[in-house]
Amino acid sequence: MAELRQIAFYGKGGIGKSTTSQNTLAAMCHYYGKKILIVGCDPKADSTRLILHEKAQSTIMQLASEAGTVEDLELEDVCKPGAGEFHPDNTDITEGYINCTESGGPEPGVGCAGRGVITAINFLEEEGAYDDDLDFVSYDVLGDVVCGGFAMPIREGKAQEIYIVMSGEMMAMYAANNISKGILKYANTGGVRLAGLICNARMTDKEYDLAKHLAMQIGTQMIHFVPRSNHVQRAELRRMTVVEFAPSSDQAFEYRELARKIINNDLKVIPKPLEMDDLEALLMEFGLEEEVEEEAIGKKAEEA
Amino acid sequence: MVAGTLEDLQKEAIEEILKVYPEKARQNREKHLGVDSPEGVKGACDKTKSNKQTVPGVMSQRGCAYAGSKGVVWGPVKDMIHISHGPIGCGQYSRAGRRNYYIGTTGIDTFVTMNFSTDFSEKDIVFGGDKKLKKALEEIDELFPLNNGISIQSECPIGLIGDDIHAVAKKHKNESSKPTIAVSCEGFRGVSQSLGHHIANDMIRDEIMPDASARKDFESTPYDVAIIGDYNIGGDAWSSRILLEEMGLRVIAQWSGDATYKELAIAPKAKLNLLHCYRSMNYISRHMEQEFGIPWIEYNFFGPSKTTESLRRIAACFDDTIKAKTEAVIEKYTKMTDAVVAKYRPKLEGKKVMLYVGGLRPRHVIGAYEDLGMEVVGTGYEFGHGDDYKRTKEEISRSTLIYDDVNEYELEQFVKMLKPDLVASGVKEKYVFQKMGLPFRQMHSWDYSGPYHGYDAFAIFAKDMDLALNSPVWTHTKAPWAKTEIGA
Repeated sequence: MAELRQIAFYGKGGIGKSTTSQNTLAAMCHYYGKKILIVGCDPKADSTRLILHEKAQSTIMQLASEAGTVEDLELEDVCKPGAGEFHPDNTDITEGYINCTESGGPEPGVGCAGRGVITAINFLEEEGAYDDDLDFVSYDVLGDVVCGGFAMPIREGKAQEIYIVMSGEMMAMYAANNISKGILKYANTGGVRLAGLICNARMTDKEYDLAKHLAMQIGTQMIHFVPRSNHVQRAELRRMTVVEFAPSSDQAFEYRELARKIINNDLKVIPKPLEMDDLEALLMEFGLEEEVEEEAIGKKAEEA
Repeated sequence: MVAGTLEDLQKEAIEEILKVYPEKARQNREKHLGVDSPEGVKGACDKTKSNKQTVPGVMSQRGCAYAGSKGVVWGPVKDMIHISHGPIGCGQYSRAGRRNYYIGTTGIDTFVTMNFSTDFSEKDIVFGGDKKLKKALEEIDELFPLNNGISIQSECPIGLIGDDIHAVAKKHKNESSKPTIAVSCEGFRGVSQSLGHHIANDMIRDEIMPDASARKDFESTPYDVAIIGDYNIGGDAWSSRILLEEMGLRVIAQWSGDATYKELAIAPKAKLNLLHCYRSMNYISRHMEQEFGIPWIEYNFFGPSKTTESLRRIAACFDDTIKAKTEAVIEKYTKMTDAVVAKYRPKLEGKKVMLYVGGLRPRHVIGAYEDLGMEVVGTGYEFGHGDDYKRTKEEISRSTLIYDDVNEYELEQFVKMLKPDLVASGVKEKYVFQKMGLPFRQMHSWDYSGPYHGYDAFAIFAKDMDLALNSPVWTHTKAPWAKTEIGA
């Protein structure tokens, strides 16, 4: 049995992180028989719905709040087996399975979501959720690395390999670069490494080249370019992953390919995030940002 | 070390102490240390840097903004309930305040020594604590219906997670028709408890000063005064009040030792505000001057000399009847204090004292020691500002070592080098020096004695110092084989 690998998906909010991660993990289970635990680290708690075929599962923090404290919870309360073929008892399609847990957190605008992530992960570790049978633990983390709580999964003893989901848009690239900075910060104290960029295509101009170029500059790889497909959305509406919904579609094979690359990935690096100026230069080179004269900065349209 | 003048010794001590620091820390700390004397201009009292961040890595004796607001300013207001909002530690370890004496039935109409807390746990941090706070406020009103208001004292996490406690307070105030005041005194704000005093003062200004209903039926007299900045530690405000009343004044409010909400609200009716602790309540005194035109003066009730001087200064603000009565008061008590001096001075004369206290006493108690013939050779503030050090200049009577935010290493070394006969500081310092075989008195809590304010209290002060210094225990602190002097 191979050693447990802990991986994490980061990326700008709304980029399709949860969709990409669930489809990829589903493919890892479906095609390669991997045994996986998903740890959703987002107060929205939407990191497991496609695997569970549910709206949203009860979260660790929500259950802790009802029970009184997190110490009152049992692992079975918070850890749900996946639906259908992802269930550990269902071996029709695959020996693999996916277990799901969500940290959860407050409504927008109150409390501290970061602390929720820390509490939840500590609980899972103490309760022995990361058992010997697992091949992968996968963290799906909200948006940017906004505070210490959301950096929890990349701290010592947690995820060793980080996949950044991005697209060829300016803000997604900024976010990818920022996340690299977060990884760099913890790379020397813990063992965290950047394992690649996953480009979730928006079909913008020169997207492939741009993503590839950014990956190279940061010192990593664009591990896969996931094209846009209606199957993804259709599957999502049914709260399913593509490999279940349309197993013989091209999109399913894309996820299979990404799954294969992740399983066999041996390019794990300490990232070299770009300085702001270099990033802007890169965006300009690919036409995402226009060159602006120094004196035009901060001027209104009518003044310029 | 060559025995030179006191000033030489003090300067040498600073030099020695600074030697151990790395360059950056040395540059920082040397600005906080100095020597000053009554003569001359621009000594350490003018130049010492203060109210700056403590050097990381050294052990500071400072508190935090929450301590300044809850522990000092708000906590003693006896008929209000002060709820520590956050995890339990801050509330529990500041429980029962600072020996702020009060009259009342605890748990019925007064609450000072009780601990109210929202007792935050993990889930409150994650999901926010506004709902829990609201519920706690409702419980308080149900269980303690005779409370005259609630103050919410914010602990650190509240500021971190961004709870809107001011909205909760406003809502509860509307529903309960009782004052409900949220104070954002999170401990991480500022460099010491000093900012907590300021924040607390600001909330009194914003939430209590505008409450004219308490002042509506107030019948004024020309002799109304308010005691500001006396926390009634060991009964200090009471022993002060006796004197003010005997000189013909009417004390309408005590801020905030043994105070009620109403006393806070009616203070703007005073003809004169008498400010004892300048550091913690100068803000509100200035506000009342600007807003209500009430003048304020500082006074000092430690030791007979300063008390007499202060009484005359207060009397000068009133008519001749008061002045005459004041002289009678002074005469009456001077006989008593002369007897105290006659009894204790011979036992204490020439004894050297080093002080390290909070924001007022490092200068205010000097006179009391000098009345007993004792010599203060070093003093410093935990959280004083520049204006405190400037005021210190007027109080010193010989070359004095000045140390701001002194850390445990520095204080210990200073004591070893200056060899005082008595160290007078706080509980955190007490056992360090007692274990060195040195007499020690706590000057925050009066070592569970007091009061120390006013003439009567001077007898207690003198007795306490005598007990500390002349206790036979000090002849037994040295092992027979190690009978050498401290620091030698």
